[in-house]
Amino acid sequence: MPAEGHGHGHGHVHPVNFDPTATEPDQFPAASMDGRPYRIGIGGPVGSGKTALVAALCRALGDELNLAVVTNDIYTTEDADFLRRAGVLDPARIEAVQTGACPHTAIRDDITANLDAAERLEERFPGLDLIIIESGGDNLTAVFSRGLADSQVFVVDVAGGDKVPRKGGPGVTTADLLVINKIDIAHLVGADMAVMTADAHRMRGELPVITQSLVDTPDAPAVADWVRSLVPARAG
Amino acid sequence: MDVSALIMADSRFPGGGHVHSGGLEETVVRKLVRTERDLPSFLSGRLHTAGALAASFAAAACRQSDWALLDTELDARTPSSAQRESSRAQGRGTVRAGKVAWPSPVLDELLRVTPRPHHPIAVGALTGIAGGTPLDAALAVAYLAVSGPASAAVRLLGLDPFVVNAVVARLSGELHAVAEAAASVAGEHPAELPAPGAPALDLLAEAHWRGHKEEVRLFAS
Repeated sequence: MPAEGHGHGHGHVHPVNFDPTATEPDQFPAASMDGRPYRIGIGGPVGSGKTALVAALCRALGDELNLAVVTNDIYTTEDADFLRRAGVLDPARIEAVQTGACPHTAIRDDITANLDAAERLEERFPGLDLIIIESGGDNLTAVFSRGLADSQVFVVDVAGGDKVPRKGGPGVTTADLLVINKIDIAHLVGADMAVMTADAHRMRGELPVITQSLVDTPDAPAVADWVRSLVPARAG
Repeated sequence: MDVSALIMADSRFPGGGHVHSGGLEETVVRKLVRTERDLPSFLSGRLHTAGALAASFAAAACRQSDWALLDTELDARTPSSAQRESSRAQGRGTVRAGKVAWPSPVLDELLRVTPRPHHPIAVGALTGIAGGTPLDAALAVAYLAVSGPASAAVRLLGLDPFVVNAVVARLSGELHAVAEAAASVAGEHPAELPAPGAPALDLLAEAHWRGHKEEVRLFAS
């Protein structure tokens, strides 16, 4: 089971720091998996490309990993329907969760509905390697509970403005991977990629940042490689 | 009131309650509740029907542990399959969180009989395990029967949260009365427990469930 190399346990202890711009990787290791599938959470603001990234990962990894998806839509089944239409995954492998109008609550404060959905998928598809849990579009403070996701990706896009990484928030500063999406349109929206990536690295310390365009690389190869490093396919 | 009941009545308790509106979303979709003024009658009606039923079974589950019989009797008093489903979903969430907070062989036995117990039975069982009384369990469940929809109204309609909480606060006397009535029959044979019904809530729950397949719905119930 993957325990190393995903942003935790980076080998030293930091003192308490009261500088609001300082960042720390999550010091708490993910809960024991007890043979269950690895769970990756994908969060980020509305329109940043979370669902498109999930679809890309399904395309890239669907043949090598036994995977399923939980979606937390604000509009109930919109994203699940998008994934089904995209034809990248057997529709039976997608569970949509109702979030009671609070997507951040459903992935962080009260993860019950998501755990139920994950368990339903595990029962339906024994031997799953990976469950991707896509959050509903939310804000920069929305992070996944470690009780729900073993690792989490935060997705922002250049159209949100190049100052988004600088604004920080737990999504940007603590996610195991930050994806800056839609870099193909940076020049159209006046986003300075050098500023954006420099700010992202400054805010995140050692935690990784990937810039990508799903127009240019529809299979999200860099993110897929990051997932592979966490979730090796089970033997057989 | 026992702390366990207070914890379970807290909206921060991670038992999955925040995704349920108790029929409020469907009434909002149908424009039956539009403002703060529409809330008292909805909440009061819900309290004296679904709330009173839930309170009776929570109180009973605090004193009795014939889980199979309690489960069957509550099923029989819940004609809407959508409501049965939402009760079991919340019960499952409550015992999931409760198992960590108040581990007990009694709880293990409940889960052996039914892995998805009804919500009032789960709350009642946990309150009893933690040392609370049937009145504690009944009051917590009666309060949840109105606080959940009230919070959903704030989120769905953007109502003034101060006014909405004042509406809930004014139900205090009714909440106590419902809880005391429930606690007074906690020792009765499950077949003799009260069976108040609310056909409108049953129908709204069924309509909401069907609506999931066609329309935008934010809440699971």
